[in-house]
Amino acid sequence: MVDPQKIVFGLDSFGDLPTDENGNLMTQAQAIRQVVTEAELADRLGVNVIALGEHHRPEYAISSPDTVLAGIATRTRHIKLASGVTVLSSDDPVRVYERFATLDALSNGRAQVVIGRGSFTEPFPLYGYDLSDYDLLFEEKIELFSKLLDEKPVTWSGKTRAALDGIEVFPKTEKGRLDTQVAVGGSPESVVRAARYGFPMILAIIGGSPRRFVPYVKLYQKASQKFGTKAYPVGIHSHGVIADSDAEAVELAWKHTRKSLARVGKERGWVPMSREQFEQEVKQGSIYAGAPETVAQRLAATIKLLNAGRFELAYGAGELSVQARLHMIELYATKVIPRVREILAEG
Amino acid sequence: MVETLGILGAGKLGTVLGQLAIAAGYRVLIAGSGSSAKIELTIETLVPGAVPTTASDVYQQANIIILAIPLGKYQNLSPSALAGKLVIDAMNYWWEVDGPRPDLTDPRHSSSELVAHFLKKSHVIKAFNHMGYHDLFDEARPQGQAKRKAIAIVGDEHEYVKKTAEIVDRFGFEPFYAGPLAEGIRMEPGSAVFGANVEKNELKKLLARFEETKRGQMVLQARGINFK
Repeated sequence: MVDPQKIVFGLDSFGDLPTDENGNLMTQAQAIRQVVTEAELADRLGVNVIALGEHHRPEYAISSPDTVLAGIATRTRHIKLASGVTVLSSDDPVRVYERFATLDALSNGRAQVVIGRGSFTEPFPLYGYDLSDYDLLFEEKIELFSKLLDEKPVTWSGKTRAALDGIEVFPKTEKGRLDTQVAVGGSPESVVRAARYGFPMILAIIGGSPRRFVPYVKLYQKASQKFGTKAYPVGIHSHGVIADSDAEAVELAWKHTRKSLARVGKERGWVPMSREQFEQEVKQGSIYAGAPETVAQRLAATIKLLNAGRFELAYGAGELSVQARLHMIELYATKVIPRVREILAEG
Repeated sequence: MVETLGILGAGKLGTVLGQLAIAAGYRVLIAGSGSSAKIELTIETLVPGAVPTTASDVYQQANIIILAIPLGKYQNLSPSALAGKLVIDAMNYWWEVDGPRPDLTDPRHSSSELVAHFLKKSHVIKAFNHMGYHDLFDEARPQGQAKRKAIAIVGDEHEYVKKTAEIVDRFGFEPFYAGPLAEGIRMEPGSAVFGANVEKNELKKLLARFEETKRGQMVLQARGINFK
């Protein structure tokens, strides 16, 4: 088991547009500034990581996580600055390295790149990539990116980007290596790939029982063994709402988290989650909604089940109010996280 | 005798169906898109007991085959090798994987009719397509247990519908016969049952509501039927 004191706790945001004190939806610009404010609070309260995801959609304000993270970098001291995720398939690995190495410099070594294939397709047409190259793009780019991480002259050639012949990329980091993780959505192939490159793995668990992922953790470990790479404790990303009472949190999650999941699901032809399905998710699935003690108990159980080393709470899904978001961060940092560590230490 | 069940597709859906099949006591063969070596570790870990193999081996050894590959690739299947077999179509059009494919969303016919038309000599039945893979994993309950969730089945041949119903039942769900293969359009993305995780009576109601959905209206219009 991971030492409970060393488990990393994070907050994840896509820059969802919150409502202000008058109930009005914020602009995207305001929503970005709000995330910076929230990251400052999280830093002050000792949350370990803030992770910002890349999207290209009207309901999410963050399309350039590293720029927002750079803003956060200059106003915080301890919190790690992660993406969640950087869609590597439709990005340029060289630019990703350069941007995050810059962030690492600005933040005195607090940058973390979390790369993934992304669960949305908008960046493909936006940047002129063909979705039918989905696998090839990621496979080639992760290969190049992993070479760049050595911070030595790189020689690489492929089909998706110009070749590099003994090229050096700058700035160099002070640690000599950018902290990099891979996020996966549950495709077995992605799990094996993360192991092949020896990256720590974060599982995006956004529906159903976390129990389903137990064999995935085993797959990651076995694959690491086979490739002779290091297997790290896994990370988990899930949605949640924490409020003073269970009833309040559950209603906020129903109103906002469920609505935001339903909006995305609709584009894929899914019917929205029923109340019964939602309650099941809250009870034993992947929506962590409740008062601090309730959420702490459920989180501890999931962390134990998957022997996880990191948990990231997607805290602001939907149009939650600014006040509710700030209060949630406070409850997460001051009540939930210490309580989870305590429960895990009790064994 | 233990029956052999083949699954084409070693992704999220294929591995969950494999787990259900093993739990139901079948001998299970699973093939991905390439060599068996490529999926060996995955199958050994996620579906212990199943045999990782190639598509051609599945064709040879199994008389019941579940399709869990991206729908856009159905034309890579071998009609001659699948001749005479029960083929259970669990596939859906997924634009993120398949890209824009108007042929797969043509409101004049269900995607399973396309598959059946391509696999002329197979017995194509549609099942396991409308419930998300994590619900398939979470909701399977032993036979005889009350309040089991229902899986809709459509198909044209009674004998093979019956056989599929038996598989659905053994996998842990209540089979519900929802009509001929053409009715499969009521279970596709955009319908009221797509993503539904409900019991039989509710499933029946949702299937009947198809004409009220946007997709249902589009289908009726394309087929020249007026909705009252």
